[in-house]
Parts: sequence; structure tokens; C-alpha cells
Amino acid sequence: MNPRRLRAALFQAGLAAAVALVAWYFVSNTAANLESRRIASGFAFLSREAGFEIGETTFVAYGAADTYLRALAVGVLNTFRVAGIGVVAATLLGALLGLARLSPNWLLAKLAAGYVEVIRNIPLLVQLFFWYAIITENLPGPRDALQPFAGVFLSNRGIALPVVASWLPFSLEIPRLEGFNFAGGAVLTPEFAALIAGLVFYTAAFIAEIVRAGVLAVSRGQVDAANALGLTRRAALRYVVLPQALRLVVPPMTSQYLNLTKNSSLAVAIGYPDLVSIANTTMNQTGQAIEGIAIIMAVYLTISLSISALMNWYNRRVAMKGLRR
Amino acid sequence: MNGALAWVRANLFSSVPSALATLAVAWLAFKLVPPFIDWAFLDAVWRATDSQACRQAKGEGACWAFIAEKHRFIFFGTYPYDQHWRPAGVIALLLVLYALSAWRRAWHWWLAIVWAVGLAVIGVLMWGGVPGLPYVENGRWGGLALTLLLATFGLAFAFPLSILLALGRRSQLPVVRAFCVAYIELIRGVPLISLLFMASVMLPLFLPEGMTIDKLLRAQIAMILFAAAYLAEVVRGGLQAVRHEQYEQADALGLGYWQRTGLVILPQALRVAIPPLVNTFIGFLKDTSLVVIIGLFDLLTAVKVALQEPAWTGFGVEAYLFASLVYFVFCYAMSVYSQRLERGLAPDARPVLRTGA
Repeated sequence: MNPRRLRAALFQAGLAAAVALVAWYFVSNTAANLESRRIASGFAFLSREAGFEIGETTFVAYGAADTYLRALAVGVLNTFRVAGIGVVAATLLGALLGLARLSPNWLLAKLAAGYVEVIRNIPLLVQLFFWYAIITENLPGPRDALQPFAGVFLSNRGIALPVVASWLPFSLEIPRLEGFNFAGGAVLTPEFAALIAGLVFYTAAFIAEIVRAGVLAVSRGQVDAANALGLTRRAALRYVVLPQALRLVVPPMTSQYLNLTKNSSLAVAIGYPDLVSIANTTMNQTGQAIEGIAIIMAVYLTISLSISALMNWYNRRVAMKGLRR
Repeated sequence: MNGALAWVRANLFSSVPSALATLAVAWLAFKLVPPFIDWAFLDAVWRATDSQACRQAKGEGACWAFIAEKHRFIFFGTYPYDQHWRPAGVIALLLVLYALSAWRRAWHWWLAIVWAVGLAVIGVLMWGGVPGLPYVENGRWGGLALTLLLATFGLAFAFPLSILLALGRRSQLPVVRAFCVAYIELIRGVPLISLLFMASVMLPLFLPEGMTIDKLLRAQIAMILFAAAYLAEVVRGGLQAVRHEQYEQADALGLGYWQRTGLVILPQALRVAIPPLVNTFIGFLKDTSLVVIIGLFDLLTAVKVALQEPAWTGFGVEAYLFASLVYFVFCYAMSVYSQRLERGLAPDARPVLRTGA
């Protein structure tokens, strides 16, 4: 073995040993601390009764008598609900804003640019608190609810929307006032509405920039060539600009979707019962902080790593041949 | 006049959809802007000894009197009232340091020394404990001063760490590379909140009994570890932009790894990486607001606590608009600077800096 490789091997062995030593130090301290504070360890608490109510659930029923495991599952589903709706809405709004910024209409372009600058430079958490304050402190009670469109009610109890009761024959179920709140239709709680509003308005500003960069990156010559071929504006967009722009847009877009998902954990600050919020309650009740944080991290890591794996696969498929690096 | 008319035709009414959009925006502005001006300025309550005047104007006008009443608290938190000049001085000193670092002619090795001295002075001012400055424990630090300190100290420590991580990720040594990749991906894969929770509830368990780290330092450590992973990816981007010939030429000169990295590669890589680095700094400043969740007394927490006083509950919109404004001023200044820098660095970028893409 030559001296250079020997040095490299020694250096790496030293690093590995140092990391292992630090890890061992933490683990042994933790074990001693848990022992002396009489904190249980392990995941046995998951099958115990949770004993707390959850304000809203997605898809699964839940009551205080259910287990911690079920409570955490409700949290994960709530996270997915916010992330799913948020991603779709943020993409739509972001694409509109990005195209508006490129619009030949000066007013639209400036408005979109101003929106992006303002929203990007204010912390998301401040925006969440702002929307929550608007809804809970400034909207009227359900009796005097604002009605921006027929059947949509804004009040300090949240947003009541009509839902489709049946497709054939088509009929809508309109929310109606019953006692002090709305019944029927879909009612978004103030927490959910504020969280969605904050996440969508915030992420849309970043998506707008990505869309704009994607469209700008397709060179002017491509558009001219499409025009010369006699393609209409729409056809040129569909067959020439978008396929090329998408390649550039998809990777940063994915990271925005991941950001939105991770940012949905700020729900804990306004009391929407997402995974982090329920895990936090669980940690407070059981004292098992390590397990709680491990669960949070494992769930988010699974989401992040699987989406990046999917993205790499997609990237390899759409990458232009010959441009692979 | 003709020119203005032509401009309007070309930019606002160039086509039917464009004209419709202009009219729609004009109509919306007509509906929304006057009521907003009434609320925010004309009918607003600017000064009041108590919240009574604000309560009467609720719904009609904004309550800026809340900000007037609470601004000291929002800027300095629970720092002793008669000592407020100290955090105020710290904020001023930080602003000077930021401005100096933004000035390209000051990009010299001595800037690092200026920063080290500056941060030391800041520490003395905040803590005190020297003659003339009574000791103030860091549990009483707060407000804007704490936000800026968290961001500044966070970046000051995260940046060197991030360079090591980025170099490690591109290292030839498999063990080093594996550690760095695992660290970066792990941190970037989880939300900052989970790291802050970890710092506030798990870190105390890691330490031997009797040894404690206070809450502020724990949160600061979590923020440093978090920022380092994100900065490392930006630095790595800069490293990738350095052409391969540069490595070979440095090798040909007989430079060792650290000489090659420190004298040839890093100066070029960091130069390219400055605009995206500034963008990451903006993100980090915004992220410091998350410490509200673990109960640290930053700007946002101060605003929230000020709102909890019974006399002033219900003025959240005004309070958060003010907090937004403060964050916006800092972030927007950085963002404009980063855009300028990008333009300024582009034309004189020397051939070696071109990425070849």
C-alpha cells in the first residue's frame, strides 16, 4: 500500500471511530438519563389509549378511546390532505402567476412580480398567523357570514363550501346555518383554511419563478421556428415550448412540493392536527420524546426520499439524450 | 402625450384579452384599494393611551397604536428596560457589519477579523458582566435583536461547517463521502421543526447528568446543523462549476489537497456561489421565526406575546403586518443585493469561471 492510500485509510478509520465514539457517548448518556428519570423506552405506548380528541380527521374515524398509533395515523393522513390539496392549488396559482409575469400586459406583469417579491420575503409562519388572525378575529360570526359567491360562506368558524351531492342528476349540497354553525356541504376549519391559504400563497410565489424561468429558458429561436412552421400560438406552446420547459421545471418543482410538505408541519403553531402536532401531544403525554421525534423524522424522510427517487427516475426518462451529465 | 397613449396601447390594450385583463385589474383595484387606504391610514388609530379607541375603530380602521405601544417590546423583548440601548446598539452594529460585508471592495481577509471582533463586542454588549454593564442572562434576550443574533451567529458557524460538508461530499474517500451524503440528505429530508423539537427535548437526554445547555444555545445548535446542510448543497453547486482543468493545473503545480482547495478551488467556487448563498441566507433568516414553536423569544414570539395581553387581543392582523414589514425589509434588501450581485459578477466573470454549460 502506498503512503497516500495508507494515510487516506487511516484518516477514514479515524473519522468512523470518532463518529462511533460520539454516538456511543450520546446513547449511553441517554440510557442513563432515561433510567434515572424513569422514562420508558420502546414503542409499546403506541397500542395504549391516547385519551385526547383530535379536532378534524381525514378518512378514518377517531375518538379519544383509540390508540396512539391510530392518532398518529390520523396525523399522517391530515398531513397528506394538506399537502395534496396544497400542491395542486399552489401549482395552479403559481403557473398563472408565472405566466402573468411574462404577459405583454404591463399591469399584469408588474402585479405578479410584486406579489412574488412580497410573498417570498416574509416568513411563512408570519403569513400563517396572519391568515389565522384574519379568519378568527376579523371575519363575522356564522350568522352574518360573508358570501363572496352563492353557497360559499366565510365566517370565523371557517369556510363552508357546497359539495356535489350527486353527479346524475347533478345536484349540489349547499351549506346552511344550523344553530351556531354550518351544517351540510364541506366546512373547512379556520386552522385548515389558514394553513392551506398560507402554504398555497407562499409556495405559489416560488413556483411562479420556476415556471417563468422554464418558459424563458426555451430560446426565442424555438418559438420563431414554430411560428415559421405555421403552428398556432397554442400549438407552439403545446408541442414546442412546454415539452422543453418541463424538463427544466420538474426538478425544482419537486423540491417545492417537498418544501410544501415539510412546511405543512408549521400546522402545530396554529393548532391544525397534522403529524407533528399529534406527535407533540403524544410526547407531552408519554414523555417518550425520542420515539416521538423518531416517528416524525421517519415519516418525513420516507416521503422525501421516495419522492426524490421518483424524481430521479423521471429525470432520467425525460433528460435529453446527449445532455446527460 | 402621444407617447404616453402609444405606451398604454402597446402595454395595456395590445389585444382583446390584454384589454380585458387591464379592465379586470382596474376594477379590482377600484374595489379594494380605497377601502384599504381608509383602513390602513385615514381611519386608523395611530396613538392611544389604552386600547379603547382601537376597540371602537375595530373593523373600520387599523390599530397602529398597538405597534406604537409595544414597539420596544417587539424589538428588544424582555431585556431590562433601562438597558435597551444595548440591544439597540447590537442591532446597529450588526447592520454596519452587514453593510460592510455587502461592499465588494471590503472582501478581504481582514473582513473575517472585523467579524470576529464585531461578534465579540456584541457578546459583551448583550451579556454585560463587565464594569458599567450589568449582567443580563440570555433568557431575557428577545425581539428583533434575538432574531438577528440567531440568524447571524447561525450563519457564522454554519458556513464553515457547510464548506467542509460540501468538500466531504465530493471527496474521493468513500467513508467521508458517505457520512457527508447521509448527513446532508437526512437533515434536508426532515422539517426544521423536528430538529428544533429534537434540540429542545432530546438534546438534554444526550448529555451526562448534571450537564445542561440552555434553551437558546440548544436552538442555535439545531439552526446551525440545519443551515449547514442547505448551505453545503449551494457550496457544492459552486464547486461543480469550477472547471476540471483547475484541479489538474493545481496538481501540476504540486499543491496538496488543502492547498489546492484553499488557494485555487474554493475562491472560485464561492465566488460563483455567492448569489445562491445570499438566497439561502434569506431563507435562513425567515426560518429563525420557527423558534416561536419551542418558545424562544424572537421577533415573532414577542409579537405573539404582546397580543396575549388582554387589552390588546384581537389586533393580530395589524401586529402580523408589522412583523411582516420588519422581516420584509431585511429579506428584500438581501434579495435586491443578490440580484445586483448576480448581474455584477456575470460580465467580469473570468473565463475560468464559465461552467461550460
